[in-house]
Amino acid sequence: MTHTPPVVCAFCARGPCCARALGSGKLAGLREGLTMAAAETGALPVEERVGQVVLPGDVLLLPSHPEADGERLWLGPGAALPGRLVCGPGLRSCGAGLLVTKCGLLRHRQPGGAGGGSGGAYWVDSQQKRYVPVKGDHVIGIVTLKAGDIFKVDVGGSEQASLSYLAFEGATKRNRPNVQVGDLIYGQFVVANKDMEPEMVCIDSSGRANGMGVIGHEGLLFKVSLGLIRKLLAPNCEIIQELGQLYPFEIVFGMNGRIWVKAKTIQQTLIVANILEACEHMTAEQRTQAFAKLSER
Amino acid sequence: MKETPLSNCERRFLLRAIEERKRLDGRQSYDYRNVRISFGADYGCCIVELGRTRVLGQVSCELVSPKLNRATEGILFFNLELSPMAAPAFEPGRQPELLVKLNRLLERCLRNSKCIDTESLCVVAGVKVWQIRVDLHLLNHDGNIIDAASIAAIVALCHFRRPDVSVQGEEVTLYTPEERDPVPLSIHHMPICVSFAFFQQGTYLLVDPSEREERVMDGLLVIAMNKHREICTIQSSGGIMLLKDQVLRCSKITGVKVAEITELIQKALENDRKVRKEGGKFGFAESIPNQKISAFKMERAPVDTNDVEEQAEEIIMKADPPSDFVAKPILRMPGTAQIGEGLENSWGDFEESEREEEEEGNSDDATTSGGQKMETEEINIVSKTKKDDDTIILSDSEEEEVVILEPEETHKKTRTHTTTKQENSSKKAFNKKRKKKRATH
Repeated sequence: MTHTPPVVCAFCARGPCCARALGSGKLAGLREGLTMAAAETGALPVEERVGQVVLPGDVLLLPSHPEADGERLWLGPGAALPGRLVCGPGLRSCGAGLLVTKCGLLRHRQPGGAGGGSGGAYWVDSQQKRYVPVKGDHVIGIVTLKAGDIFKVDVGGSEQASLSYLAFEGATKRNRPNVQVGDLIYGQFVVANKDMEPEMVCIDSSGRANGMGVIGHEGLLFKVSLGLIRKLLAPNCEIIQELGQLYPFEIVFGMNGRIWVKAKTIQQTLIVANILEACEHMTAEQRTQAFAKLSER
Repeated sequence: MKETPLSNCERRFLLRAIEERKRLDGRQSYDYRNVRISFGADYGCCIVELGRTRVLGQVSCELVSPKLNRATEGILFFNLELSPMAAPAFEPGRQPELLVKLNRLLERCLRNSKCIDTESLCVVAGVKVWQIRVDLHLLNHDGNIIDAASIAAIVALCHFRRPDVSVQGEEVTLYTPEERDPVPLSIHHMPICVSFAFFQQGTYLLVDPSEREERVMDGLLVIAMNKHREICTIQSSGGIMLLKDQVLRCSKITGVKVAEITELIQKALENDRKVRKEGGKFGFAESIPNQKISAFKMERAPVDTNDVEEQAEEIIMKADPPSDFVAKPILRMPGTAQIGEGLENSWGDFEESEREEEEEGNSDDATTSGGQKMETEEINIVSKTKKDDDTIILSDSEEEEVVILEPEETHKKTRTHTTTKQENSSKKAFNKKRKKKRATH
C-alpha cells in the first residue's frame, strides 16, 4: 500500500479543503500525483535552502534521523526543546518534510544550549501588512469601547481584542484605570487563536506593568509593514541607534505594524516617523546619506 | 471590516501640526502630491496616482438607441466604484454614502459642464447613438478620491478612440479598428476637481488632504474648474461656514492648480501618442514601475516543459479512476431533500478526533463521524460504522418518513482520493444515522 502525504491546501493550509473543491477525479488525482512527484524529484534538503527565497508549494526535506521520543515536529511558537524541530510561520509539515505555504526567505535558528545538529527552528520570513494576532505578541491597540468590565481594543486583526480593566498594574475593583475611548494601549496577547476573539492584558505574569499600559497623550501613531517592525526589533538594529544619535525621542513598537513616536517638537517627531516609514525601501547607503543630511541641520 | 478608529493621540497631533502649518508628509499647505498618469495598452484605459491614492479609469462605447426626449444626443454614463482593496472599510455589498456623494459630484462635474460634445455622438438621429461609459475603480485610498477620480475620468476620455462610422443616405457603415483608425471623442474642455480641507472652523486650509487629514477635517470644499478659469462645479460639505473671501481665495488657488494639472495631462497624452506612433512599447507593463522589497535575486531557472504533457498523462493513468459516485439526493421529508453533507468541520485537530472516533464507535452523535475524516486510509473506520447498525438510539428527531438508500459498496482497495472517500464515508455515516432513527420509530 503506497503511502501518500496528506494533501494540504496551500492556500488556507488547513487540510484538503480546497482539494475537495477541485472536484472530479482527474484534476485531484493529478494534483496528488504531482505532490508525490515533487516530493520525490523537486524537493531539496532544507539546509540548502536556508537564506533563499522559497515559494508556496516547495517541499523541503528534513534530515532523517530517528528520534527517541518519536514525535519530531512540534508546531507552535516558543523555544524548541533540544532534539525537537519547531516548524514556524509559513511552513507546514507534510510527510517527510516541510511544505512551504508563504513566499519569502527561509530562516533557521539553532537552539541555544544543547544545540548540535538536531532541533532548532525553521520559518519563512515573509512580507505582510495585515496582522494576525499571535499569543505573546506585544501590540499597540486603540480602545474603541468601554463595556462594563472590559474594554474593546482594535489591534488591526479581524476581531477586536478584549482587555479587562483588572489587567493593569495596581488595578482593583475600586481603583479603576483611567482609560478613555480612543486611547492607545500597549499590551500583550494571552489568548489568540483563530477561533476566538483575542484577549490582551497590560501586565506580565508577575503582575508588573513592565512598560505596558496606556501610552501617553502626545506623540504620533503610524503604520508600517510587519516585516519592518521585526527588522527594527532585532537586537542591535542600526537604524534605531543611528536615529538615537540625531534627537532624543520615545518610541513604542507594536508587532501589529503600529509605531508610536514622540520627540521634543512636532517637526522632529515628523522626521523620525518619515524616516522609519522610508527605511523599508532604502538600502544602507541611502540611509546613511539621509541621516547625514539631517544631522547637518 | 470596520474602519480603524482614529485615536485621540493622532487627532491631537494632527491638529497641532496643522496649527504649526506642518503636514505629515512634509508638504506645504497649498501643495499637491505627485500626480502620475500611466496608460494601458487599450485606448481609454489609464491609471492615475495621486500620492498613494490610485484610480483606474476605463472608457468603452456601444451603439444604442437614444433617449426619447433627446433623440440627437449621445449618452454618457459615469460609474465610480470603491473596491474593497482600496480600504478595509469598503465592503463589496454595502456601499457607503461616500460613494453616492462621489458619483453625484463626478456626474455634475463632467456631464453638466458639457465637456464632451454629445451631439457628435449621434449616428442616426432617433435610431442609433453612441453610449460612452466611463468606469472608475478606486484601487487604493489615501485621501482625496474625488480629485484623482476626476483626473482619471477626463484623461481616459481624452485618450479614448471610438470606432469610425460613416453614413451615406440610409446606409450606416461601422468600421472595425483594422479598416479605419478609430477617432477620438470631441472634448471641449477638461474640468478638474480640486479639494480643500478646512480645520478649526475655517481657520486653516489644506489643499489635497491625505487620508489622515480627511479624518480630522471639519469640512471640505470641492471646486471643479477648467484651464479657461470657468467654474464647472462647486460643492461645500461638512457644514462649515465659509466667508466670501475664503471661497474667492480658494477659487484663485484652484485656477493655478488646474493649469498645472492640465499641462501635466497634455504632456502625458502627447508622450503616449508619440510612443504609439513610433511603434515603441506602451501599456501598463512599461509605465508602472516594479517595486522591490527584498534585495535577493534568484537566477531564472529554465524549466523544461517539453514532456510535461506526457508526464501528466502518465500520472493520470496511474492514478485510480474516480468512482462513479452520483450524489443521490437524500429525501428528508416530503418537500425537503439534501445532496451531500457540506464542508467538513474544522474544529479541533483532525488526528485526535480520528482516534476518538475509533474508540467510541457507538457515539450517539452521529454527526461527528461524518465530518472529520480527512485521512486517506479510512478502511478501518468505514468497516466500523457498518457494525453499529444494531444499536438503538433514542433521539428527538421528529422525522416520520425516512428513506433508506442502498449503502454503496465503497472501494476497499487503497485509493488516494480523499474527496469521494469522504463523501462516501459521510454518506455511510448518514445512512447509519438514518438507520438509527428508523430503529427508534
